[in-house]
Amino acid sequence: MTALKPTGNATVSTARRSLDIAAWATGSQRRFLSPGRIGLYAFLIISALYFAVPLYVMVVTSLKTMDEIRQGDLLALPNALDFSAWVRAWSSACTGLTCEGIQVGFWNSIRILVPSLVLSIFLSALTGYALAMWRIPRAGLILGLLMVGGFIPYQVVLYPLVQIVSNLGLYSSLPGIVLIHIVFGLPILTLIFRNYYASMPPELIRAARVDGGGFFTIFFRIALPMSKSILVVALILQMTGIWNDFLLGLIFAGRENLPMTVQLNNLVNTTFGEREYNVNMAATMLTAIPPLVVYFLSGRYFVRGIMAGAVKG
Amino acid sequence: MTAVHVDHLEKRYAEVPVLHDLSLDIPDGSFTVLLGPSGCGKSTLLNCIAGLDDVQGGAIRFDDRDVTHLEPKDRDIAMVFQSYALYPTMTVRRNMGFGLSMARRPKAEIEEKVQGAARLLQIEHLLDRRPPQLSGGQRQRVAIGRALVRNAKVFLFDEPLSNLDAKLRAEMRVEIKRLHERLGVTMIYVTHDQIEAMTLATRIAVLRGGVIEQYDEPENLYERPSTRFVADFVGSPGINFLDGTLDVSNGVASARIGDSSMPLNGYPFKAKPDHGQPIVVGIRPERIGTPGEVGHGYEIEMTHSLTEPMGADSLVWFDWQGQSVSARLRPAVAHQVQARARLAIDLSAVSIFSAESEQRM
Repeated sequence: MTALKPTGNATVSTARRSLDIAAWATGSQRRFLSPGRIGLYAFLIISALYFAVPLYVMVVTSLKTMDEIRQGDLLALPNALDFSAWVRAWSSACTGLTCEGIQVGFWNSIRILVPSLVLSIFLSALTGYALAMWRIPRAGLILGLLMVGGFIPYQVVLYPLVQIVSNLGLYSSLPGIVLIHIVFGLPILTLIFRNYYASMPPELIRAARVDGGGFFTIFFRIALPMSKSILVVALILQMTGIWNDFLLGLIFAGRENLPMTVQLNNLVNTTFGEREYNVNMAATMLTAIPPLVVYFLSGRYFVRGIMAGAVKG
Repeated sequence: MTAVHVDHLEKRYAEVPVLHDLSLDIPDGSFTVLLGPSGCGKSTLLNCIAGLDDVQGGAIRFDDRDVTHLEPKDRDIAMVFQSYALYPTMTVRRNMGFGLSMARRPKAEIEEKVQGAARLLQIEHLLDRRPPQLSGGQRQRVAIGRALVRNAKVFLFDEPLSNLDAKLRAEMRVEIKRLHERLGVTMIYVTHDQIEAMTLATRIAVLRGGVIEQYDEPENLYERPSTRFVADFVGSPGINFLDGTLDVSNGVASARIGDSSMPLNGYPFKAKPDHGQPIVVGIRPERIGTPGEVGHGYEIEMTHSLTEPMGADSLVWFDWQGQSVSARLRPAVAHQVQARARLAIDLSAVSIFSAESEQRM
């Protein structure tokens, strides 16, 4: 009772919990700091620092000149904002034998990402829709196989995959790496879509069938427009997965199509003379930005989509 | 205008028979209600008629056209679902016009029909809203509107009012009935609510375990139920059942219940009654009243146990011959009931069932 004075119209006899609410509702500025609260904040701050400090070091270092870096003060702010390392990382740093910066890898990654993203999401949405809303013979078995497929670590199947892809004549090519990304994306995405569509009322499909919709019409005109939040979830999962992929890109893409992550590795490991930490940091930041942008733009929908799946599925 | 014929229909879900050798003739322009408890196969039958479920045997004909293996869209049907099944991302206007746009009708025609149906259902002001912005009653109107727009020959309703509250349900019931009278099309309506069935139907088919127990006009169903199950399922408050045996002497039948003997000389037995056969006598609560009120009264004296006031009437429970009997009395009469009461049973309205086969005798 003493810690809080209700500024609203809560009566004196109400319990403290409702006073809390009253205070909150009326915008009271007084805060009640219990030991639990302090602990919670401490934990949150430490967790935030754990992730933020390395990021801070990277950003700061990428903006310093090599002279400044050599002074060894890791946490100090740069004397002056110097973006030359970013420019070098983007356009002229050496990745192996060529010195065109990481932009080559960026555009390669985009070329790999866009078709992989579109096709894998489209195909898995369609498969999930078919499995959830239409009577497919052995749907349970297919689903089980997908589950297994979703949990097989891909290192296990790499060698046979290389054989298969090269027999298809797609080894070391853009279509090859796109195919690989689609195949590895399908199981988990299909499960996600199937579960989402399974939570939709089956009567919707029945109504659409009475209205004259066929398999694809119902998919495009009814199911897909209802899937915005789950599409965002799939988009983020696939986008980060494909963008951050290193191994598959290295093995299947071929020298002409190496993705940004592989180029970054080459850049960091290529040294003529001293190590250019600022360029390395800038290149790493550049590589990490696209997934970050996607998170920032769609984080709200991502959470909503996950919640929708959790509550209904 | 279409009559619907279901001939020897077989429907199984993974070897579990749901409907077996089911036949039903639904006359043109009728309002037929499929009534039964949950799991009796009534919705399955409706889905088979709609073409949403495959059948394993038998045939379904609309007039002379065999539609057994046609897709739903080729059957000229419209359907209203319990959960409304409105497309959540479309406006009401597009929801209602979806069927016509699927059939590639011209835009002007779609707009005209949607407007017409909206006017009929008084939902014109809702046309640009989306389903999540509507109340339950409004959604149901839209769902009915969507069915109306399609100019269907047969309307199918799958428990359309079950999700509404009691007051709204009564309102919509009246509207659906008006709609049927106005359009004159064949309507098939599935429900487990026997009041809905009684008020709406021109004919009711009572289903139980995938078998049609009785297919008849509501009045016959109520007054002359053909099985004990139908008698029990239809009517609220429920019918009284009294166990007894048949007493036949000199060709005159009576029902022996406890130590009393109820004369059945006016009862239209289907076959010659057997002496000593165990029977169940069904009496509607409103067919028990004060001796002065009841016509062919059989007077009995009963012990009062409980009174349930229901507003217009009171349901008064008695013990008689060790069995429980309820009577629907006017409140004024119910108030005067003492510990012992002398009441009369209207013998012209009793139903006799064989205790063994549960069939009407």
